[in-house]
Amino acid sequence: MISSNLSAIFYLVSGILFILALRGLSSPDTSRQGNYFGIAGMIIAILVTFLSIGNFSSSFLYVLLLLFLGGSIGAFIAFKIPMTAMPELVAGFHSLVGLAAVFVAIAAFLNPEVFNLGIVGNIKLASLIEMSIGAAVGAITFSGSIIAFLKLRGLMSGAPITFLGQHYLNLILGIGIFVLIFYLCKTQSENIFWTVITISFLIGVLLIIPIGGADMPVVISMLNSYSGWAAAGIGFTLENTALIITGALVGSSGAILSYIMCKAMNRSFFSVILGGFGADNSQSDIKSKKDQKPVKSGNAEDAAFLMKNASSVIIVPGYGMAVAQAQHALREMVDKLKKNDIKVTYAIHPVAGRMPGHMNVLLAEANVPYDEVFELEDINNDFANSDVAFVIGANDVTNPVAKTDPKSPIFGMPVLDVEKCKSVLFVKRSLSPGYAGIDNELFYRDNTLMLFADAKKMTEDIVKNLD
Amino acid sequence: MEIDPFIFRFSIFILSIFVGYYVVWSVTPSLHTPLMSVTNAISSVIIVGAIIAALASTSENDFSSSSIFGYLAIILAAVNIFGGFLVTQRMLQMYKKKKDKK
Repeated sequence: MISSNLSAIFYLVSGILFILALRGLSSPDTSRQGNYFGIAGMIIAILVTFLSIGNFSSSFLYVLLLLFLGGSIGAFIAFKIPMTAMPELVAGFHSLVGLAAVFVAIAAFLNPEVFNLGIVGNIKLASLIEMSIGAAVGAITFSGSIIAFLKLRGLMSGAPITFLGQHYLNLILGIGIFVLIFYLCKTQSENIFWTVITISFLIGVLLIIPIGGADMPVVISMLNSYSGWAAAGIGFTLENTALIITGALVGSSGAILSYIMCKAMNRSFFSVILGGFGADNSQSDIKSKKDQKPVKSGNAEDAAFLMKNASSVIIVPGYGMAVAQAQHALREMVDKLKKNDIKVTYAIHPVAGRMPGHMNVLLAEANVPYDEVFELEDINNDFANSDVAFVIGANDVTNPVAKTDPKSPIFGMPVLDVEKCKSVLFVKRSLSPGYAGIDNELFYRDNTLMLFADAKKMTEDIVKNLD
Repeated sequence: MEIDPFIFRFSIFILSIFVGYYVVWSVTPSLHTPLMSVTNAISSVIIVGAIIAALASTSENDFSSSSIFGYLAIILAAVNIFGGFLVTQRMLQMYKKKKDKK
């Protein structure tokens, strides 16, 4: 048993350790140490909670057992999950945080004495507001993350699902939640509490279904942020500093990531959230016109020849590389090129892939040193001085239309200037447009050679031809 | 007049948002995926609420309705804590510099 003042200090310590955990991520060198800080903070928080409650009866054994059970499941997943599945794993984990927040809020509502919040039927007003907000945000996080998970996993089509009046429905439900919370505070009715949670689950689903596959980086970051706010809401209810600090950290972290992702697509946060992007066919006229243009296509031999005679090559990976699991083959190709004294670097667009930093993790998995991998603004000027750009699985992020055609839906989006390279090798399965539903002008340029194939297969073939 | 303790907690909250803002902007973009998995892991500190719900009940019954929700939340949060930190660790191990590889 320790006093509540002492435990509050320990909670503060664990909050600070969490800050240091995020701080460590400012560089790969310090990041591992940062992760240990995070683990230490978590252990402190859990131990202090045990000690401050001081209940080591039979239920303590159940808690240890469940901790062990959940921990083994988590550890198993963590070791088994392939790196390409990271986006859906993160979405899945967010859903768990959301649901845990809902459960804690329910427990607090059903038995407020335990948390010093008053008694059933007469819970303190502030606590009631805090716990219902925590529960509502938690429920939205849960169901929204489940939908995101299903979309990322391919169990549900990544295409946006829209229907008439969708936004009005969301708006009405959102207002409804506030009205219900107001009445909940007046009546303390259990039924209203359950209704708030149910509607929030519904909002989570409705919020995410209209958002298409390639907007997932924003969605995941947003849900990350929500899970933080839910934790903070519960933290206020429990008057727990560690939870409040963590919730605020995670909340702002997710919000910043969403902002970065939106900016990288030159779209407002609201346009992403309202969804339906890439679903309309207003671009089809332009598309059919362009179909007439000639396209140069080649095979692995041509590609190998071009690269062998280059002095510098920039690789531009995208979601297609993740789908085809081509990162290891790619690394092999790069090794061969380097043996021939060719300078190879990687250029990563912020929204390449399905979550922030997705490509970086895959390249790291394939043992690509991180100091060969560059962000858009650091490498964009190098394209003009390079011989070959090897675009593998990326599309919209290389489309020069974003710079030239104000009518294009992606106009203004920062893109990689691959067309400035002497030649561009574009690995793609077909000429089909990318996520934005628009044709890539790059396909028809004179210096572009299309390599129609699966990304992995093509890369492997090029490797063979490099010998 | 005495200040409501809520105001202190609210101050901590707002200050932490600012700390989070500056700390997260300094995270290198190549580590954004580990950032998400580690924030996910630390937000599972919500487990303290679950533990209180499960253990602090004064009733003799180990399985009151509120403690059951506590137990359930403990499992969920535990999956997240272990899964989140371990998968972050696994990812971070992969980030190597050029000189390390030989």
